Amino acid sequence: MNETLKLTLIAIGILLALLTIAAGLIWVERRMLAAWQDRYGPNRVGPFGILQVVADMIKMFFKEDWIPPFADKSVFILAPAIVMVTILLSFVIIPFAPGILVADINIGLLFFLAMSSLGAYSVVLGGWASNNKYSLLGAVRGAAQMISYEVFMGLSVMGVVIMAGSFNMTDIVLAQKNVWFFIPQFLGFVIFFIAGIAETHRLPFDIPEAESELIAGYHSEYSGMKFGMFFVGEYLGITLISALITTLFFGGWLGFGFLPPVVWFLIKMFAFILFFILLRASLPRPRYDQLMSFGWKILLPLSLLNLLVTGALVLYFT
Amino acid sequence: MFSIIRSLWLTFLHMFHKRVTIEYPEEKAPLPPRWRGRIILSRDPDGMERCVGCYLCAAACPVDCIALQATEDENGRRYPEFFRINFSRCIFCGYCEDACPTYAIQLIPDFEMGEYDRQNLVYEKEDLLIAGQGKYHGYNYYREAGVDVGVKGKGEGENEDKPVDVRTLMP
Ligand code: SF4
Ligand code: SF4
Repeated sequence: MNETLKLTLIAIGILLALLTIAAGLIWVERRMLAAWQDRYGPNRVGPFGILQVVADMIKMFFKEDWIPPFADKSVFILAPAIVMVTILLSFVIIPFAPGILVADINIGLLFFLAMSSLGAYSVVLGGWASNNKYSLLGAVRGAAQMISYEVFMGLSVMGVVIMAGSFNMTDIVLAQKNVWFFIPQFLGFVIFFIAGIAETHRLPFDIPEAESELIAGYHSEYSGMKFGMFFVGEYLGITLISALITTLFFGGWLGFGFLPPVVWFLIKMFAFILFFILLRASLPRPRYDQLMSFGWKILLPLSLLNLLVTGALVLYFT
Repeated sequence: MFSIIRSLWLTFLHMFHKRVTIEYPEEKAPLPPRWRGRIILSRDPDGMERCVGCYLCAAACPVDCIALQATEDENGRRYPEFFRINFSRCIFCGYCEDACPTYAIQLIPDFEMGEYDRQNLVYEKEDLLIAGQGKYHGYNYYREAGVDVGVKGKGEGENEDKPVDVRTLMP
């Protein structure tokens, strides 16, 4: 009983913390983008403008939640829920610190890959149900992009799995006691990061949304809190990819002692989140075919090579 | 590849640059003197209204937001009976100022005209007319030339010759 209660409390705590982080990231992103563009960003509401998040939330809740009459209503409502559910479920496997995780399952990494594949449905269904040309184009692009980048995402983490000898996230972290995996697996890290950007369809790979071409892509027709769910889902996705990079390549909660493990984890995670924002501030969006050929012609061979070499070396030395 | 990393680094360095934002309500941006903002009606050096009610500004206005009615005083001097500018439609293009033959209508560097009620953006002549000469000093339309409307006698304008007695103009 006590054990169940503890697990429930941890799960709820993580959920609340994540939602707070994701909402706070809206402000962080705006401030950081502004900092990199020689502006101030929102700095009026509350100290340093931090209450801007609250203002945005209130605005979002009170916006008219409009469903276009030509849309496929049930699917239209379902799509934004899928993105939240799949991403929040993916967090189940992330060990924030020893003891602070929801489920210590032995197929951890596979569970994440499965969830992120399901996440592609929200883009596809959202675009399809909107019954709008731009949304459909965005959805088609999103589907192609997410499915192809999933391939190398899976392949690039296999090096880590080989070195740790387990799919379990806790074991992967513990296997990094001596050296963090981003040193032996540097190629894998770079590929995973690029695939992660494509997976969360963030700039520069925001091709399914591509404001300048497709209005807002697959969520053009969404308003009110349904749009808010896509919006928060995007930030949750950034948090998820950053948390995964931290866990897989940068030693998770392992740090240098003088701070509690969870703080180390958060520091590393935020560093990657900020890097995501920096990417957005500095890089232009590639063309759609460039993205595809970059993926299949460069990243796929590289990740296969990485897998091959890692496998051979591990076999040779053990 | 190298160029991507370079642009990331350069963007990062912008964090330490000076901000270009002017934090407006506390700190005001310097406006050039010929900035096109709120419209005023000016007076000539004698303190009389410059506007002669010629309707050229109303005709030039691309959004038709000027309405006026010309009338005359006892000396035959023309002036607008009412002069109304609807600032909720004005696009601050400055065409009215260009069209005006008497420098009466002028755009000044002021843009703080926010109102809660749209009707308050309709400015009447009392709101538009100022006591001074605005941007163009020392110009008095009626002193230059033209008919006698109680400002100067016939032929006494600054750019005017004495009237010619046509009966003496014999070949
Ligand atoms: S500034 Fe342009 S729009 Fe405004 S009153 Fe003059 S002519 Fe009309
Ligand atoms: S403001 Fe100028 S252009 Fe307009 S009616 Fe008066 S004199 Fe004519």
